[in-house]
Amino acid sequence: MSLPPGTLFLLASALLFAIGAHGLVTCRHLLRKVLALNVAMTGVFLLLVTLGRSGTTVDPVPHAMVLTGIVVALSTTAVALGLIVRLERRRP
Amino acid sequence: MVLPPTAMLVVTLLTLPLATATLLFASGRQPRTLTLAAALLSTCAALALGLNVHLEGVSVHAIGGWEAPLGIHWQVTVPGAVMLLATAMVGLAGAVYGAGYFVHRPGPEGRMARVFMPLWLFAWGGLNALFVAADLFNLYVALEVLTLASVALVALSARRTALQAAMRYLLAALFGSVIYLLGVALLYGQYGILDLDGLTSKLDPKHPGSRAGAVALTIGLLTKAAIFPLHFWLPGAHGRAEPPVSALLSGLVVAAAFYLLLRLWFGPLAGLLTFGVGTLFGAIGAGALLWGGVLALMQRRLKMMVAYSTVSQFGFAMLVFPLALAADREPVVTGGTLLLANHALAKAALFLAAGSLVRASGSDRIDRLVGFTGSSRWAWIAVILAAAALIGVPPTLGFSAKWLLLQVAVAEGAWWWLGAMLGGTLLTFAYLGRLLERALLAPAPAPHPPKLKIALLLPALLLALLACVMGLWAFDVETFARLEPGP
Repeated sequence: MSLPPGTLFLLASALLFAIGAHGLVTCRHLLRKVLALNVAMTGVFLLLVTLGRSGTTVDPVPHAMVLTGIVVALSTTAVALGLIVRLERRRP
Repeated sequence: MVLPPTAMLVVTLLTLPLATATLLFASGRQPRTLTLAAALLSTCAALALGLNVHLEGVSVHAIGGWEAPLGIHWQVTVPGAVMLLATAMVGLAGAVYGAGYFVHRPGPEGRMARVFMPLWLFAWGGLNALFVAADLFNLYVALEVLTLASVALVALSARRTALQAAMRYLLAALFGSVIYLLGVALLYGQYGILDLDGLTSKLDPKHPGSRAGAVALTIGLLTKAAIFPLHFWLPGAHGRAEPPVSALLSGLVVAAAFYLLLRLWFGPLAGLLTFGVGTLFGAIGAGALLWGGVLALMQRRLKMMVAYSTVSQFGFAMLVFPLALAADREPVVTGGTLLLANHALAKAALFLAAGSLVRASGSDRIDRLVGFTGSSRWAWIAVILAAAALIGVPPTLGFSAKWLLLQVAVAEGAWWWLGAMLGGTLLTFAYLGRLLERALLAPAPAPHPPKLKIALLLPALLLALLACVMGLWAFDVETFARLEPGP
């Protein structure tokens, strides 16, 4: 049995997204929620990169998007961690 | 290369707030004249751009001369220009209000005053970028800039409840972003294009990939726009933030996500707007009107009431979709845009005035608010004017918007949606009327309410007045605001 190219990556990205979405809803600890968001985000990045290489040539646009996306994810994670720290400091 | 004047204006609108904000953060000092000058200049640029769109119509700018699909281009549409103008008005009013509200002093108490203005300008720049962006990924980046600035603004108030609200807001907004980006990936995988106009001509409504992409984009934006039942994060974040922050968040940040929803469903996704989808959106809208309205009616705290009112008012906006099913879409889109602009001005005025009243009363319980006395009188006048605009009393902007949509509903015989609009208006009248009745007829005894600074009164008053008088001009807008989402 031969799968079309990229199937494995597509499945992996769907799995990552599902794990992330599940974690975001079910985890109670804020740190875990932030991690879950990052996992889901990685799933989307993997999807983008996979779509970029489906042809014989590599499409550079999804790579540029993922690069920007990683920067955005880094900044949002930093803000989320900062907020968690401040929340912990103010725990009554 | 010499840029055309409109391109210069767009560049100014994007770079001026962001560059000033960065500079302020880096220097650690906030000279009030500099921040207010930046706010004033951004407002002037928005006014000039609005005038240009009014005279010459839609304009498109390819950044650095790179054309789509590889390059990025900015597009100033009529609805976009209306939102840019609303942003400028609320932005300027909030900047003046913030300068009066946050007291500069050394130490932790002065932190709010030091951080407010840079964050405010970041959010302003993000909004401007969102209203001129014309491709799916740029819109994503603009949404993220806006989200980060907004969350930081909510967390400005260092109370634990505000921090918790900020955290919940951040998680909801990021969840929305991830799903939105998933939709972008699905559509890009299908069509290899991000540009909205290109996507409009290429999108095949029958393809399952387009549907999956549309669902993902929509869920992401509905979360960010806090549309019922995904509104769970809004009341806390908007009700517990500082007043100028609530004004920006409620007036513009949720409206920006909704604007994007309009832009997509009346642009690339227009072929997917079937009877079922339109009816679902309408049902969500009716649910939001009812749920938000009833909860607003039950609130005891002023700012929470105004926050729930936002949930209900966006129900009105959702009714735009079922109304667009049969009719000519132009008046519907114009009505929807005017509705957003009216809500931006009126809701910002309401939050600013509420902040002043809470400060004068020393409590935000509705039954403890000061009455119609002293300087609080002016805040109450702003509340009354803003309430008139939200209810849609002629000749306010709210009236023009609702009138346009009502005409469409009558012409189509869409009695269900007509009923929802009238019911929603009645509920709006009920909760705003309750506020005015409680406070004006049975005011709490306050022997010496503190005198309010003019910076805490004038911005709210002017915004509310603008929402009221713009209705007269809006009938003229109706004739010129032919939505042209590009060729």
